[in-house]
Amino acid sequence: MTLYADVPGVVETREVLGETTLVVDPARLVETCTYLRDEHGFNFLSDIAPTDYFGWGEPGVAGYIGTASGRDLNAPGSQGLAQVPPPKPKRFSVSYQLLRVGEDPTRLRVQVWLDDGESIASVVRVWPAADWLERETWDMMGIPFDSHPNLVRLLMPEDWEGHPLRKDYPLGGEPVRFSDED
Amino acid sequence: MTRVLPSTRIYEGTRIPSPIPTILEVDAEEHRLEDVLTVNFGPNHPSTHGVLRLVVDLDGETVVGIRAIIGYLHTGFEKNMEAKSWWKSVPYPARVDYVAFQANELVYVLAIEKLLEIGVPGRATWARMALAELIRIHSHLIWLGTSALELGAISLLWYTFDDRDEILDLVEMAGGTRMHTRYFQVGGLAEDIPPGFTAEARTFCDAMLKSVDDYEGILDRNAIWLERTRGVGLLSADDALALAQSGPMLRASGVNWDLRKNMPYLAYDEVEFDVPVYPNGDVYDRYKVHVDEMRESVRIVRQCLDRLDETSGEPWIADDRKVVLPPRHELHTSMESLIHHFKIVTEGFTVPEGEVYLAIESPRGEAGCYLVSDGGARPWRVHFRAPSLAALQATATVVQGCLIADLIAVAGSLDPVMGDADR
Repeated sequence: MTLYADVPGVVETREVLGETTLVVDPARLVETCTYLRDEHGFNFLSDIAPTDYFGWGEPGVAGYIGTASGRDLNAPGSQGLAQVPPPKPKRFSVSYQLLRVGEDPTRLRVQVWLDDGESIASVVRVWPAADWLERETWDMMGIPFDSHPNLVRLLMPEDWEGHPLRKDYPLGGEPVRFSDED
Repeated sequence: MTRVLPSTRIYEGTRIPSPIPTILEVDAEEHRLEDVLTVNFGPNHPSTHGVLRLVVDLDGETVVGIRAIIGYLHTGFEKNMEAKSWWKSVPYPARVDYVAFQANELVYVLAIEKLLEIGVPGRATWARMALAELIRIHSHLIWLGTSALELGAISLLWYTFDDRDEILDLVEMAGGTRMHTRYFQVGGLAEDIPPGFTAEARTFCDAMLKSVDDYEGILDRNAIWLERTRGVGLLSADDALALAQSGPMLRASGVNWDLRKNMPYLAYDEVEFDVPVYPNGDVYDRYKVHVDEMRESVRIVRQCLDRLDETSGEPWIADDRKVVLPPRHELHTSMESLIHHFKIVTEGFTVPEGEVYLAIESPRGEAGCYLVSDGGARPWRVHFRAPSLAALQATATVVQGCLIADLIAVAGSLDPVMGDADR
């Protein structure tokens, strides 16, 4: 815990399953990341993983079946949650998986929380590897990155509408060509 | 070569283009723009290792600008997996990196096991390691065969695919199908390693070492191969780390980094092997890393086979009836087993609420898996860290100043699998 006490902008430190997560103030993300790279030696950005918590702990959302209140074993098809998961502070989380390549290899997760429409600063200047990872985050989740040099879609076509990995984006939502609905 | 003001560089001496690290733009001061020809490679081009599209700016025969465009194989695996139960989503990861299928399956089940905090029997661990290393050889063989093919050494492809077939036979023996086996289960293996597997695998190991020597003999004495791979596609150690390169890419740039050694998982800290590292960061060194790694993988496989023989008859899947299917024979006699079987297949098992990131050394480098569970029977979020995506980000750095003919060799040396990059 005290290992990262000197890191600026940290709101909360969690240690679960042997993994350390620093929840960071989105406004100070670049400052925090630069500090972690220069002072703590996290020279390797493994991954940027955005998550949409829309409908977290509620019934009837894509990716989730069951009842919010608990698991009723007597009702058929009601495989729900044994308990309602603790609420999340905002709709989206963006997790930066950092790695220290060299002596004392360590992993660290830097996490920021955002609401729909909020943007965060780009860390391309800190780790160039963030370029496509941030583009993918924008493409899939619709989280914009300020000062990203080239924020366009990465995987979906340029004229695609919507951000497919959002929870409110339907599975199989592609329009069928030459159908009656056209 | 692009000339950019030093102040916009990320650090002194880097070749990574700026401000966009993945796009090499034509420098209007160095080249007359009316001389620059823009050529489109792919996405359906026989030498691009799948549906990679490269938009290349040429001045004469020299590459002065490049843009890699991906997404043509985007399949929405991550979205699909959110709609399946944990149990039913296990086949998906093998389709992500379809050349190193067991490696992706492994990282997914390991991540679920970490969330579940479930122990795996030793025999399953050794079988997983043996298959993961066989798949590393499989993936490197495909890389070697196709890379040599692209530079005109056609015969090598037939030899490497012959050996690849032997590996697929072994995979079929263990898992029942040649590819995408779903053999690794949460808690262990789908079935025990069959009798005779270790003997067959030993025969293969002996033959494989001879084959690797042959491949090296074919290429290392080939003047064309040497001329076309040495000093081409340079990537420095600092640039490789900044661009998050991993696996053979990183080790060919002189960085001694292998997750199996530096952050061991499974039982890699109990086997003996060396990590090949080469200093020059060119295509030739990447080839040497791949070839040496095949030998090291054979070493690991042999040690795993010894341990598999020692653990013969021991359990190969965890004894946790809430997660693992009960043994088939119990279904005829035990009501509880039948209920457990029914519940796991229809509703799936639940995974405690939480998030986890776990990475393994796949043939292409760090293959990671980020999972979020809400405590229910389905993953809330699955995200894969794709080593191919990272490798392709280095395209603009490694091709700087190379000739159009070398572009094929350089792009091939990144070892991208488009299913992995696009997911």
